Amino acid sequence: MSADHMTTQLDAPLSETTRTVTVVSWKTAGVLLSVTVLYALLLVAVPHSGDTRFLLSQRSDFFQIPVIVVPAVAFAWVCGAILLAVTAAVVVLTARGTRTPLWLVSLFVLAGLTGFLAWAGAGSPRDLSIVGLLGGAVLWSVPFVYGALGGVIGERAGVVNIAIEAQLLGAAFTAAVVSSITGSALAGLVAAVVAGALVSLVLGLFAITYHVNQVIVGVVLNVLVVGLTSFLYSQVLVPAAETLNSTTRFSAIPIPILSDIPVLGPVLFRQPALIYLMFIAVPAVWYALNRTKWGLRLRAVGEHPKAADTVGIDVVRTRYNAVLVAGAVAGLGGAFYTTVQLSQFGENMTGGAGYIALAAVIFGKWDPIRAAFAGLLFGFASNLQNVLSVVGSPVPSQFMLMIPYVVTLLAVAGLVGRSRPPAASGEPYIKG
Amino acid sequence: MRLELRGITKRFGALVANDHIDLVVQPGEIHSLLGENGAGKSTLMNVLYGLYDADEGEILLDDVVQEFAGPGDAMAAGIGMVHQHFMLVPVFTVAENVMLGHEQTRGGGRLDLEAARAQVHEISARFGFHVDPDAVVEDLPVGVQQRVEIIKALSRNADVLVFDEPTAVLTPQETDELMAIMRQLRDEGSAIVFITHKLREVREVADRITVIRHGKVVGEALPTASDAELASLMVGRSVELRVHKDAPTLHDNGLKVRDLVVTSESGTVVVDNVTFEVRGGEVLVIAGVQGNGQTELTEALLGLEPDVSGSITLDGKELVGRSVRHILDEGVGFVPEDRTLDGLIGEFTIAENLMLDRSDGPPFVKGGALQLGYRDQFAEEKVAEFDVRTQGITTPVGRLSGGNQQKVVLARELSRDLRLFVAAQPTRGVDVGSIEFIHKRIVATRDAGVPVVVVSTELDEAVALADRIMVMYRGTVVGVVPADTPRDVLGLMMAGISPEEAKGRGEVA
Amino acid sequence: MSAPESNTASSSGSGPEQEPGLDPGTAEELEQERAREATGPVGDAAVDTAGRLAKALHQTMSSPWTVSVGAVLLAIAAGSIMIAFTNDGVQEASAYFFARPLDTFVALGQAIGGAYSALFRGSVVNLQATDFVTAIRPLTETLSYATPLIAAGLGVALAFRAGLFNIGGQGQMLVAAAAAGWVGFGVSGVPFPLHLLMALVAGIAAGALWAGLAGLLKARTGAHEVIVTIMLNYVAFYLIAYLLATPGLLQAPGSSNPKTPPTPESAQLPPLLGDRFNLTWGFVLALLAVVGVWWLLNRSSAGFSFRAVGENPRAARVAGIDTGRATVSSMLVAGGLVGLAGASQVLGGVTTGFSSDIDAGIGFDAITVALLGGSSPWGVLAAGILFGAFKAGGTTMQAAEGVPSDIVLVVQSLIVLFIAAPPLIRAIFRLPDPNRRRAPKKKPKATRNRKEAAA
Repeated sequence: MSADHMTTQLDAPLSETTRTVTVVSWKTAGVLLSVTVLYALLLVAVPHSGDTRFLLSQRSDFFQIPVIVVPAVAFAWVCGAILLAVTAAVVVLTARGTRTPLWLVSLFVLAGLTGFLAWAGAGSPRDLSIVGLLGGAVLWSVPFVYGALGGVIGERAGVVNIAIEAQLLGAAFTAAVVSSITGSALAGLVAAVVAGALVSLVLGLFAITYHVNQVIVGVVLNVLVVGLTSFLYSQVLVPAAETLNSTTRFSAIPIPILSDIPVLGPVLFRQPALIYLMFIAVPAVWYALNRTKWGLRLRAVGEHPKAADTVGIDVVRTRYNAVLVAGAVAGLGGAFYTTVQLSQFGENMTGGAGYIALAAVIFGKWDPIRAAFAGLLFGFASNLQNVLSVVGSPVPSQFMLMIPYVVTLLAVAGLVGRSRPPAASGEPYIKG
Repeated sequence: MRLELRGITKRFGALVANDHIDLVVQPGEIHSLLGENGAGKSTLMNVLYGLYDADEGEILLDDVVQEFAGPGDAMAAGIGMVHQHFMLVPVFTVAENVMLGHEQTRGGGRLDLEAARAQVHEISARFGFHVDPDAVVEDLPVGVQQRVEIIKALSRNADVLVFDEPTAVLTPQETDELMAIMRQLRDEGSAIVFITHKLREVREVADRITVIRHGKVVGEALPTASDAELASLMVGRSVELRVHKDAPTLHDNGLKVRDLVVTSESGTVVVDNVTFEVRGGEVLVIAGVQGNGQTELTEALLGLEPDVSGSITLDGKELVGRSVRHILDEGVGFVPEDRTLDGLIGEFTIAENLMLDRSDGPPFVKGGALQLGYRDQFAEEKVAEFDVRTQGITTPVGRLSGGNQQKVVLARELSRDLRLFVAAQPTRGVDVGSIEFIHKRIVATRDAGVPVVVVSTELDEAVALADRIMVMYRGTVVGVVPADTPRDVLGLMMAGISPEEAKGRGEVA
Repeated sequence: MSAPESNTASSSGSGPEQEPGLDPGTAEELEQERAREATGPVGDAAVDTAGRLAKALHQTMSSPWTVSVGAVLLAIAAGSIMIAFTNDGVQEASAYFFARPLDTFVALGQAIGGAYSALFRGSVVNLQATDFVTAIRPLTETLSYATPLIAAGLGVALAFRAGLFNIGGQGQMLVAAAAAGWVGFGVSGVPFPLHLLMALVAGIAAGALWAGLAGLLKARTGAHEVIVTIMLNYVAFYLIAYLLATPGLLQAPGSSNPKTPPTPESAQLPPLLGDRFNLTWGFVLALLAVVGVWWLLNRSSAGFSFRAVGENPRAARVAGIDTGRATVSSMLVAGGLVGLAGASQVLGGVTTGFSSDIDAGIGFDAITVALLGGSSPWGVLAAGILFGAFKAGGTTMQAAEGVPSDIVLVVQSLIVLFIAAPPLIRAIFRLPDPNRRRAPKKKPKATRNRKEAAA
């Protein structure tokens, strides 16, 4: 036997000797088909007439774009045709064993949305403001995006963060109190970060130190913080609403030049500082996770804590560190409620945003950038309802409000495809 | 660097895993730690590596007493470990795995991957490895993964290297290469601890041998000692290395597998066009290095694999496409490879586990209700028949030792009317006493006229049990050969070389 | 890690399977550890959440009663602190604490004592009452509040045992309430017991289907049930909101409020102890459900497969159990139980017409009830009654002492957190660690034991 021969055997890449076949799931095709059918049914069942007026600029804009008026029904059916075409293409591709490219799905979503908006706005004398729709989406997505970032950081380190809701709510409460007392939105923001980290500390204590099931701790923490903030709200904030619960908010700061870009300018660059911070935080989290020593160690304890331990990494400390950072980031999202959106705290005001953020984490396959886009999508869906109610949409508002949740259901049930969570996510590390 | 362990004692509750163990390893020496499963070898090494705190005793490096609070300290002191189950992060690249824990960084905590790549290249070149620093570890064959472990240890300038059961996942040829690497390291002056329970390997590579049994050092030996001497030292009594069985009486019934293809969820063809036949009254052993499709093949037999094409017929009845329930009801007995994951429910009692695969009908269930009286009576009988050592049938099965757990699985599977018996690695992690028992029951099943398929990665077991041996390599059948085929030929076959060519080479060698 | 193998005894003749005095948990733990490791670095990705959940539950369940009592005491103490800090009297007195410290303590005592005596008065016996009925009434109120908690708690507990985390109680209750309510006021001309039965069945079926949908998605697509059930909560909420706001559906005729018409008498659960108490036959149904779930889990073939899938889905599958079917059917039963809670709300608790808050947070309370009850039917019964007492007492506390009943949420969740972490309780109360002695019964203790040994 020659050693040379064996070496080549060993080092041959696996793919040369192992046969693979491409496995393509019919799920995507199925979901696209059902959406197309639903869309067509909607158009047929609830016919509309008239034009839809898409407004692409605001009065204050430097560049004025005229209102685009389209014949709604015809336009909606054109979009429907695109949906059908994409679906057919996906069916053909799947039958041939090719995976659906992302751009096709994006085209599908874009066509579906535009068509739907045209149909919904048909005959309305009011303009359908695209800037308002998108700008609002960015604003609404803030707690989702920060929450999702917090979720991603925690889970990549192996700690499932169901307590995002608690972090958001706790942070919103704290920000309200501190901002009201100090009269400074920034102080409120800092307090929110501290509050988020504090909730994380409790999560860490039970999940990391005492190995309690992380989902259980998360769910219970959410209940605990609702109870705590509601109790303090009615006992402390309500009697002294003037001093303790009327916050100073961040105001929008237009960025020179950038804010004058048509459509994008007002959408992205006429926002409060917390939103600009979000634009920085998303790539920053990605960079920290993927390019730094901190991120490498964090991911190592999330994937294979034992391996990390054997090279001298303190798993418990690394996880605490990650969870605290995660809570702090989620806390930024909580600050949104009382330092940007409203100037006072209200009982349970986050209303389940943390759970949507959690869905964004999964939708985004545990990647900060994708999760942020998922958060943005949910923000869009939430805002869609507001905008449509202005133009007088025929769809009952409850169904519009349902959209993010239905989208998430569709996503986890198939649209996202197979995703792989960090291997040790949810697994307490017991040394030895 | 000279390593000395003095009076190391480690207890888990009342169990003494290590009992005042003394060990000295000189630089430039391969010191083998020999002992059977459960003897306490790995515990000792985990103490040495700082993963466990010893209750008593001390560790000395070059006569200086060491205090290890964790593996980080042990590594800093110059101890490197190649773990039995690789301590590699599967989704990281080779370079990331090598740098993890002692990362070089540029400004702002930014990882210096270039430096890590250079280090991988440098160490690879020294030992003639061909390891791509940017390859993702989970895509690499196990042999290469092991080299990454070695690179990891060497990148921290380890002077004492511990190899914990390193050959379990290797072909005989890969094992030879590993031994060459160990010798090279020794010649460069490293102190090497080689933990194993395989006698041949010890005799081949060790300079000195320390034998451990029940947590105690029971003796030292030289590599010149015979297999029988080492074995009796290791087990504490003379060991039957052979399985007694008569020539097979073949029956007409049996299992026929034709053109079987199993595809994994990720699209890899894990069983590639496999065709074979097992007749009633014979044992076919499927040999091969772990991970060459044997597991998936046996799981396909039981209907556990979702993506299967081809045909599996048992006594003429097609099994492909049938549910697990249906296949079990056809009379297939199945001992899964991993009993704690697939074979037993740890929190369930012995009695409950014994009815696990018959929980939907008589005699254990009538009218939707469990028949507790029958269940307990059955359990009492089986516990006695299969010599399960336990305090009672209500003991959760997870509290039994590996051998007794395996007996529970065997008792369950062999108490049905079988028309096929499939056992995947039935003696893995089982003590010698239970191994003998399990082998006897397998032979008895064969002698009752049932076709038997056994998966084994240990050549000794394959040769001892088999009437015929089928060797698998990367999902394909390399060949089906008689049980008396020479070991080196089998070894070459396990590396994917056809039996004809292997025989030719075997003769040259 | 490779395990310090412990199977030393089996080769040594006829002794028991362990060394005398060997902590039996250790052997098992190590075996499992080894098994996990044996799957290799690549195989680790396939982790089964169900098994983990089972483990967590064993941990929660295995707490000795001292720990449970400690947890309750600690949570109540935490509640006291909150009451004290937010009490006006205490704040006033503490302003001159150094002048007259006694005042602060008196105020403290008044605040905390007042709150908890109100809690007791509202939940057990009203000692200020002049007649028997008024005196005993709080206890029946407790049982009234406990009724949906027990039923929904059973639903969560049963799913737990099958390895599923049913956070969808809220949604299941809402659809059940809607269905039961609709049959209640939408169908007329049916006489009493039949009408009630129809409404009950409708509610239970609706809850079952809503949860079964989650089970189906989990079984078919692998979607995680935690996410699915949470999302279904919101979908149900908005669906019911729509139905309530739409004339001709659930909205009461002639009204523009999102509220249903009242439940007719023929569909109401009759009072159990006469008209002077709110307690209905719903409580008896909840008790029957406890017995039924006990039988299902411990004596039936279906329950055996639920538990098998919950503890170790892989082994269950190898043993021929259809794990998908077990997932769907356990969720169906779980949803049916939560549906019973929803129906009992509409047919017994709130018969004057309901709106979209009819679930009253019971869907989430049920999780804490199931956890506190260790997911065993009898444990759920006890935990349900305890939390029912908190609810009944909390109402009195809010009315009499002005302490917001949200404090009950805090105390409840603290109890569950503390119970899940016995070492914390032991550290605080300086209880002895039972694992230091021989032969503990449950595994997590072995884990701790080992950890301490290793630390």
